[in-house]
Amino acid sequence: MTLKTEPFVINLGPVHPSTHGVFRLRATLDGEVVMDIEPIIGYLHRGIEKIAEGRNYKQDIPLTDRLDYVASMSNNLPYVMAVEKLAEIAVPERAEYIRIIMAEMQRIASHLLAVGSLANDLGTFFTPFQYMFREREKIVDLFEMVCGQRLLYNYMRFGGVSHDIPDEFIPALCKLVSTMPGFIDEYDQLLAENEILLARLKGVGILPKELAINSSVSGPMLRASGVEWDIRKVDSYSVYDRFNFDIPTEVIGDCYDRYRVRIQEMRQSVRILEQAIEQLPPGEVLAKVSPRLKPPVGEAYAHIEAPKGELGFYLVSDNSEKPYRLHIRAPSLINLTALREMVIGWKLADAIVIFGSIDICLGEVDR
Amino acid sequence: MQTSVTSFNPTFAFNTLPPDWPGNFWLHWLVFTIILIAFIIVSVIMFIWFERRLIGRFQIRLGPNRVGPFGLFQAIADVIKILTKEDIVPQKADKVVFWLAPLVALVPVLMVFAVVPLQSGAMLVDLNIGILYVVALSSIVSIGIFMAGWGSNNKYSIIGAMRDVAQLISYEIPLVLSIVGVVLLTGSLSLTEIVGAQNIPFILLQPIGFFVFFIGSLAEINRCPFDLVEAESEIIAGYNIEFSGSKFATFFLAEYSEAVLLSALTATLFLGGWSGPLLPPILWLLIKMFAVFAIIIWIRSTLPRFRIDQMMAFAWKFLLPLALINLLLTSLQIVFWPEASSWIIVLLSFAILVALILVWSKSFKPGGNKVGI
Amino acid sequence: MTVALSSSEIADRLKNQFPEAITETKKECLIIKGDFLLDIASFLKNTPDLEFNYLSYITCVDYKDYFELVYQLVSTKHNHSLVLKTQCRQPEEPIVDSMVDLWKGADFQEREIYDLMGITFKGHPNLKRIFLWDGFQGHPLRKDNSNDTEN
Repeated sequence: MTLKTEPFVINLGPVHPSTHGVFRLRATLDGEVVMDIEPIIGYLHRGIEKIAEGRNYKQDIPLTDRLDYVASMSNNLPYVMAVEKLAEIAVPERAEYIRIIMAEMQRIASHLLAVGSLANDLGTFFTPFQYMFREREKIVDLFEMVCGQRLLYNYMRFGGVSHDIPDEFIPALCKLVSTMPGFIDEYDQLLAENEILLARLKGVGILPKELAINSSVSGPMLRASGVEWDIRKVDSYSVYDRFNFDIPTEVIGDCYDRYRVRIQEMRQSVRILEQAIEQLPPGEVLAKVSPRLKPPVGEAYAHIEAPKGELGFYLVSDNSEKPYRLHIRAPSLINLTALREMVIGWKLADAIVIFGSIDICLGEVDR
Repeated sequence: MQTSVTSFNPTFAFNTLPPDWPGNFWLHWLVFTIILIAFIIVSVIMFIWFERRLIGRFQIRLGPNRVGPFGLFQAIADVIKILTKEDIVPQKADKVVFWLAPLVALVPVLMVFAVVPLQSGAMLVDLNIGILYVVALSSIVSIGIFMAGWGSNNKYSIIGAMRDVAQLISYEIPLVLSIVGVVLLTGSLSLTEIVGAQNIPFILLQPIGFFVFFIGSLAEINRCPFDLVEAESEIIAGYNIEFSGSKFATFFLAEYSEAVLLSALTATLFLGGWSGPLLPPILWLLIKMFAVFAIIIWIRSTLPRFRIDQMMAFAWKFLLPLALINLLLTSLQIVFWPEASSWIIVLLSFAILVALILVWSKSFKPGGNKVGI
Repeated sequence: MTVALSSSEIADRLKNQFPEAITETKKECLIIKGDFLLDIASFLKNTPDLEFNYLSYITCVDYKDYFELVYQLVSTKHNHSLVLKTQCRQPEEPIVDSMVDLWKGADFQEREIYDLMGITFKGHPNLKRIFLWDGFQGHPLRKDNSNDTEN
């Protein structure tokens, strides 16, 4: 005898503990198995691209903070780079180094959060999350020391950074850099040697290499699928070419690989930070730039390897004080494209984990 | 050691009482029931406090420490808060089922406490089929949970309820089989006699049984890593998603009473119950209960959750064979080698446990894979 | 470094196959006619030494009398890039071919452009609003958007 069954449509979100914000997933289930999903987004849409057209170039810097609000420093960087490209502003060397230090610290902070919330999605009752937050707190304290803010930094300016780092910053950073690898190793050991965690992550939500490239995913997700593609190396910006670091890649592209890539990237970021502290030159941190900046007519695209992927800003100038058009290439949004292929056929619990392993930030998805 | 009661007769309760206990049978019944329920509620409040403080330690934070000394009254404040909340019943809920569900979940747990010996003779009834009664009643909780999931008319809660039924059916079997080992050693189903028979705690003689029982009871009380019923990150709160106010409080009480019960049962069946040197027996039982619960909390704050198919595979492919092997070994020992020295058996059992777990964990593949759509 | 391919070289290669497709060749970008967009894109994707397998982003700019769509193509094999543009000169009902069949990554971005700019993508499997709700009137990123209160 066969029982009559019918598919079951369920809305995960927009208010749900594991959607990392106001994301909604309309899932069609067959029992526990996900047959189809449709991501529904836009609950946090603030029209940043439109607001930016109404403000001048400098006033748009704080807007970029509000994209990926757990990695604000990384959001400032490509925007100021795009404006510098457009207006041909030279950046002092010291400022370049400070920017890289901030970006790499931000990468560690963001990846810690990504790994912590992935563990939360797996059902560990907030314990890894709390430990990850403890390390993130140290980084946020350093940011506060530099720019007085803990979440939305608004630190970078055209031609440098808003002000120089204080004297006590470098010793504090050295302390962070020397202790961080130990913590990363410890957390990696605690998580990756857990049988249940491995059973939940390994082989789950595989994103094949070809599909990953075709879906334009970027960042740790692309590298976990085996593509050695890191904007810091392949299209080196700022002074990244002066540092030795590796691009961690994995082969299969499952959730475990995405976790692995993030853990290894944190180690590489620590390596970059060590070298940056050593090489940090003295000097100015802010070039003279007119506050009423009017870049010449033209367009520019600048992109960086943000923690979540390739973050780019496409700017069109009409030689006025306001940008004519600002487009943000948001990695979180584009990485979501591949979600459907990865989730179908897995259980509901896996769908949550796969979604968590993409590591999106809704501020950036919806803009 | 208590004399065992041979027949089910309301007057037998006098057998276990001190002779100078006042009043008749029904007065004793009433007084002892109230004391027992008060004991359960106080233990539940202590357990909640203990869990929150301990998880706080595990998570490098303090936990509640403001209300009363060491935050002891936090749980009481929470109870007052939760009872004064609005009691919402969804419009499309199946009202009768929705109303009955919390009671169906709570009452069997309270009933089971009747046979748990708090100290020598301190129990409501000393049933000679005590453990059977425990097993029979504690499964009824699941019906309450399924009623809650069904009656809420909510998709999340029905998923949670379905998971609970699957979980209960799977884990009840190894759980009961692991208890049978203890019963074989004791030769009685009475909990008093099981405590009395433990010159050496059964955890040493029955390590495999303890292992299976402990994991089975984690699943029975829907604790991590088997908390799929209320998996927060997947189905938000599972079966109790639509419950609020006193109904939710009842579910909460049922859940924690079950935790108290399973801790007490683990202590009784495997850790020697109330027996222990120097301290009064009730304290020994409480210490053992809190020790067991501390391990449950430790697991909760450390392990991720299983997926549903992995959980089922774990029950049927891992725990059930272990429980059967344990049963076989125990019966063989009792039939063919009854005079064996206990310590040899302790050593042998632990060796077998380690060997079995090693072999099984190498060959055991949990759960299925992607399903073709 | 990602090498930005010289657009004139690409234009020369394209001229053999699509003689009428190219409107303009600028230093940093190649502007083609909308009718040839899909053919040229698949040529760029499938030609062995070009192999633009990665569509970095799509965006659209409203130049008041026409819409300009910008495609940044990257090859992860050869590490080079090209900016492809096409202009859409029917302000009433702008229609462009969809790239979803070639690059899945275009899916959400085309929906975003449809939502905010009002460009219809022919051949898109699921073209509907992505950020704004279904009953929303107008397309906010257009310069003549009636919802504007400040600008």
